[in-house]
Amino acid sequence: MKVIDQGEGELVGWHDPDENREWIHKNKSPALVDKRMAIAEAVSRFVKDGDVLGMGGFGHIRVSFSGIYEMIRQKKKNLTVLGKTAVHDMDVLIGGGCVAKVEVAYSFGHELRGLSPCGRRGVESGRVKVVSEISNGGFQWRFLGGMMGVPFVPCRMMQGSDTFRKSSAKIVEDPFTGKPICLLPSCNPDVVFIHVPRCDMFGNCQIDDILIEDFELARAARRLIVTTEEVIDNEEIRKKPDQTKIPGFIVDAVVEVKYGAHPTLMPGKYFFDEEIIGEWLSMSKTDEGTEEWIDKYVHGAADFQEYIKMVGGEAKMKYLHDVEHYKADLKAPWLDKKR
Amino acid sequence: MRPMAVSETEKPHYTQTHLMAVAAARVLENNRSVFVGTGLPMIAGMFAQRTHAPNLLIIFEAGAVGPQMKMLPISVGDSRTTYRAIAASSMHDNMSFAQAGWLDYGFLGGAQIDKYGNLNTTYIGGSWDHPKVRLPGSGGANDVGSNCRHTIIIMRQEAQKFVDKVTFITTPGYLDGPGARERAGLPAGSGPIKVISQLGIYGFDEKTKLMALESIHPGVTAEQIVANTGFKLTIPAEVPQTPAPTREDVALLRELDPTGMAIGK
Repeated sequence: MKVIDQGEGELVGWHDPDENREWIHKNKSPALVDKRMAIAEAVSRFVKDGDVLGMGGFGHIRVSFSGIYEMIRQKKKNLTVLGKTAVHDMDVLIGGGCVAKVEVAYSFGHELRGLSPCGRRGVESGRVKVVSEISNGGFQWRFLGGMMGVPFVPCRMMQGSDTFRKSSAKIVEDPFTGKPICLLPSCNPDVVFIHVPRCDMFGNCQIDDILIEDFELARAARRLIVTTEEVIDNEEIRKKPDQTKIPGFIVDAVVEVKYGAHPTLMPGKYFFDEEIIGEWLSMSKTDEGTEEWIDKYVHGAADFQEYIKMVGGEAKMKYLHDVEHYKADLKAPWLDKKR
Repeated sequence: MRPMAVSETEKPHYTQTHLMAVAAARVLENNRSVFVGTGLPMIAGMFAQRTHAPNLLIIFEAGAVGPQMKMLPISVGDSRTTYRAIAASSMHDNMSFAQAGWLDYGFLGGAQIDKYGNLNTTYIGGSWDHPKVRLPGSGGANDVGSNCRHTIIIMRQEAQKFVDKVTFITTPGYLDGPGARERAGLPAGSGPIKVISQLGIYGFDEKTKLMALESIHPGVTAEQIVANTGFKLTIPAEVPQTPAPTREDVALLRELDPTGMAIGK
């Protein structure tokens, strides 16, 4: 195949498929062992400084915030974050000093809430380096390639754009049509966190509502930490095998954390906590405010349940459940400002 | 040109944002499919479904397929996007639909647009390595702009935003002119068809692929359009006026976005 053009961006998380097969052979096993552990143990065992990190969910949707706060508590450093629509997750990780590099599909923004002061300050000051660009579709197919065990996935995006020029993709002459086609390098992240509504102690996970790209991301990951609203019996999994979206044999750790995606949205269970996201957006406008927020909510809580008490406890979670089910009105500081 | 629906003493019953949302909705035909992003595009899709296009198939990048939403979502991934949907699927599924040719329309926005409809949402000022203002990047925009058959761009118009050449092509329009998309390997026959701003509606000339004025909003003059465009815009001799939204249109917009997060108060 003739290479017509190649992006200048840094190639992040790519492994020769044979090397990755070897890694899986040495490090993974389908043995039925109880993988339940505390978040502190999961993070200290499976996250290393300098790792390529992927957060499941969608920036503000079903994100493992118990995992994020613990990485900050343990002062994980120099992470390369896959900005696959990584917004509130990446923003707080940048504020916590964990991030050195980012490959950006969608980052430093909070959709309707506006841009993120903390992430932007990180990039504009040079503390955080954007090493490559890609699109959301491109990123999820990098994971598809990683999951399939092939070196690349062809696609028809990014061609002709500067997004391609700053990506790690290549354009070749397609041997079938003779037309230019974009090849996305596969991606096998070092570590991935995914928050799910329920799984068993072996890591077999059910996920409700949209999957986003978690199906592919989970299967592409080398180390996969699952945080879950509840742990259910293996028999429940076996009764409804069609509900299993992530099979346990690819999972390394199961951490039971009720409300573990707060302040992001957990489909069917709780809506975004706009009060806490809003407090972050307002306090993170300065380095001092960022530090203060992290001291209060991350270092100031011994564990996630204590943090939940701090943000309003069961009463707050009941309200967020009601908003999720159209039974209560949305309150948001950023919305008041818009009016 | 004199405003029709707006007298100088009476405050109009709609805002510029209302007009943009309704104008966008009117582009969407019934029994077609649309790839929708955050904010006004969502409102446009919902509005079209509730008025002239009840069987408009709405698709979201995070996985929702065919919803009949009753309230505006905050994010393209929140649970509001699967209200009365036909499927809660995945990004792989929905991006594949776009790439394989199932999507008639896609919505885009941007911080900068140029005369060929190329969009920048990556950075403003400085360089890519050292940006003055870092923006979120492509998100799903490049995918939508590459693969949906027709794209509709909604954005605020100012001379600094409507530029001769964007500093960074995050999402391709017609690149550097006729045939460029096909030469780059993008799907044949795709590209932007409309740009909707607070001042007017624009299309793209069939031969040159350059942006051309199609209609002017009530109360706006051609001089204002020129003053707010940073490149030489094609302006035909006769330019119709964009129909203003009715009071019923505005009431429906308020019902769909009760908190005013996208349409304002």
